[in-house]
Amino acid sequence: MDKKIIPLTALPYNKNAKIVSLHGGHGFQHKLRTIGIREGQRIKIISRQPLRGPITVMVGNCQMTLGRGMAQKIMVEIL
Amino acid sequence: MIKKIVLMGNPNVGKSVVFSRLTGANVITSNYPGTTVDFSKGTMRIDGKKVEIIDAPGTYSLEPTNRAEEVALQMLKEADVVINVVDATNLERNLYLTLQLLEGNTPVVIALNLWDETRHLGIHIDEKKLEQLLGIPVVTTNALTGEGIKKLVSRIKDACVNENIKPTSEEGRWIEIGSIIRKVERVEHRHHTIKDRISEATIKPLTGIPIAFIIIFLSFWVVRLIGENLISFVFEPFFENWYKPLIIKLGNILGPGLLYNLFISQTYGDIDFVESMGILTTGLFVPIGMVLPYIIAFYLMLSILEDSGYLPRLATLVDNVFHKMGMHGHGIIPVFLGLGCNVPGALSTRTLETRKQRFISATLLAIAIPCMAQTAMIFGVLGQHGMYYIGIVVVTLIIIYITAGLILSRTIHGESPEIFLEIPPYRRPSLRAISKKTWMRIRWFLKEAIPFLFLGVFIINILYTAGIIQWLGNTLSPLMETVFGLPGSASIALIIGFLRKDIAVGMLLPLNMNPMQLVIAVTILTIYFPCVATFTVLIKELGIKDMLKSTVIMIGTAVAVGFILRLILPGV
Repeated sequence: MDKKIIPLTALPYNKNAKIVSLHGGHGFQHKLRTIGIREGQRIKIISRQPLRGPITVMVGNCQMTLGRGMAQKIMVEIL
Repeated sequence: MIKKIVLMGNPNVGKSVVFSRLTGANVITSNYPGTTVDFSKGTMRIDGKKVEIIDAPGTYSLEPTNRAEEVALQMLKEADVVINVVDATNLERNLYLTLQLLEGNTPVVIALNLWDETRHLGIHIDEKKLEQLLGIPVVTTNALTGEGIKKLVSRIKDACVNENIKPTSEEGRWIEIGSIIRKVERVEHRHHTIKDRISEATIKPLTGIPIAFIIIFLSFWVVRLIGENLISFVFEPFFENWYKPLIIKLGNILGPGLLYNLFISQTYGDIDFVESMGILTTGLFVPIGMVLPYIIAFYLMLSILEDSGYLPRLATLVDNVFHKMGMHGHGIIPVFLGLGCNVPGALSTRTLETRKQRFISATLLAIAIPCMAQTAMIFGVLGQHGMYYIGIVVVTLIIIYITAGLILSRTIHGESPEIFLEIPPYRRPSLRAISKKTWMRIRWFLKEAIPFLFLGVFIINILYTAGIIQWLGNTLSPLMETVFGLPGSASIALIIGFLRKDIAVGMLLPLNMNPMQLVIAVTILTIYFPCVATFTVLIKELGIKDMLKSTVIMIGTAVAVGFILRLILPGV
């Protein structure tokens, strides 16, 4: 099976993925983890705003909106 | 002995609802993260003893990322007992803060809130096991309905410290949480529900943006509809048929003189509720007869928007635009709250992360967002000439908000981080909660507005009697005339506007200006300076130095915009 690791921004709609790693500063990673975006969690894209706007994801039971720059630093693997 | 209990928990888990249930005190609660930006205090009795309860802003961890979270940490230091309110539908994530709390030495009790929602979501939690594993009391609650609150109260005294939980690393905590979750939680697979579909439709750009326009347009249309009908069927009949005869009688008893001027009217025998400038006429009619109906209508609509959970979705859709103005999508919250009153609007800028974002958000709020009191008066004064004129004011203010935002975003130093916002599930707003919240805000308005209006009318009377108004009008006449195309006496309204903007708009009425002049005057009145209540809050939020900077921007914008309008509007 193809185990390609891609940034969250490249994940197609409605495809389940697993978070593999987080990039960026320590504080930033910490913030992501406390809101539920952590290695091993399943993640799905709900919406993408145009013109490099934010994306909304579903992690666990929780939906959240985050900027593209942040999403770029979340590496996922399509399941 | 327990003296102080602090409610801690992640944002939007229902801490404020638990707080209201425990204390019976009224605090504003909504369905979006960051409603509580400051702490509120209340008291309750435990075994006959009075205990202080503090509702702290939500925080994901004990490392603060914005000012509201800093407030929460401050509160924790004073606590004898912590009630950790936990969202049962997101147990795993919520436990991070719980573990951090348990590492400290303040006794903790857990309120496992939103318990009923776990059922619909197919989540099964073994709360007994959780209690065992954490070594502290766990009580399941549905704060919205009040279920479990009594039990929570009875177990506060059992709150304890778990000596076995030692401070550890971030990673160590997550490992611990993982092992707890595996033992206490089971999640069933769940199918798409209609709620999920609505949620998706309102957040995907293709459907979400048109829906947003419809919702905003409908909201304002309903506000106007309710406001106008309240005026023509309730408030106007009351003042005309019932109150006016009473005032005329009182006037006859008083007779002409200073008292008559102060309480009823500047000119004897002529009573006009808006123009008379008496404490019992204008001083009461402006806040109650003209502003209150719109305040009721506005807060009713705002409460529905807040409690449904729509606002974070709107924040997502507008993020792009707001990011270009140096903020991010959450900047829409101060705008919405500010349309009611600038004071809560200014406070809500605390949920923005950086100084730059807060400065831009607060400054734009003060410049371009008229509060409902002022808007109601603009409708009252300008509406009779036609909606077209009100349209000019609205469009001008929107253009100013965006233009000033684009400029400030490029000139103010500092960072403007990207949006990072939790989207709560949609919840059906309860009639009880909405009416309670609306009533609280109305009461707050009456308490704030009426003293200032009385003071305003009083000062106008003194200035008028002393001849200062006439003198100032004549002196400033050339300036007002050449720069803005307005009569000199309009400057008085600008001075009184510092006290209350609503009465200042009312003061424009007797000046017999044409509609275009009125457009310029009310626009300048919105921009030039906030009212004293907002001004005080802004000094506290921004600091004196930034507030001075902000003030210069406001006055500069007011002069520039007033002058430009005078040049481009026909017939001034």
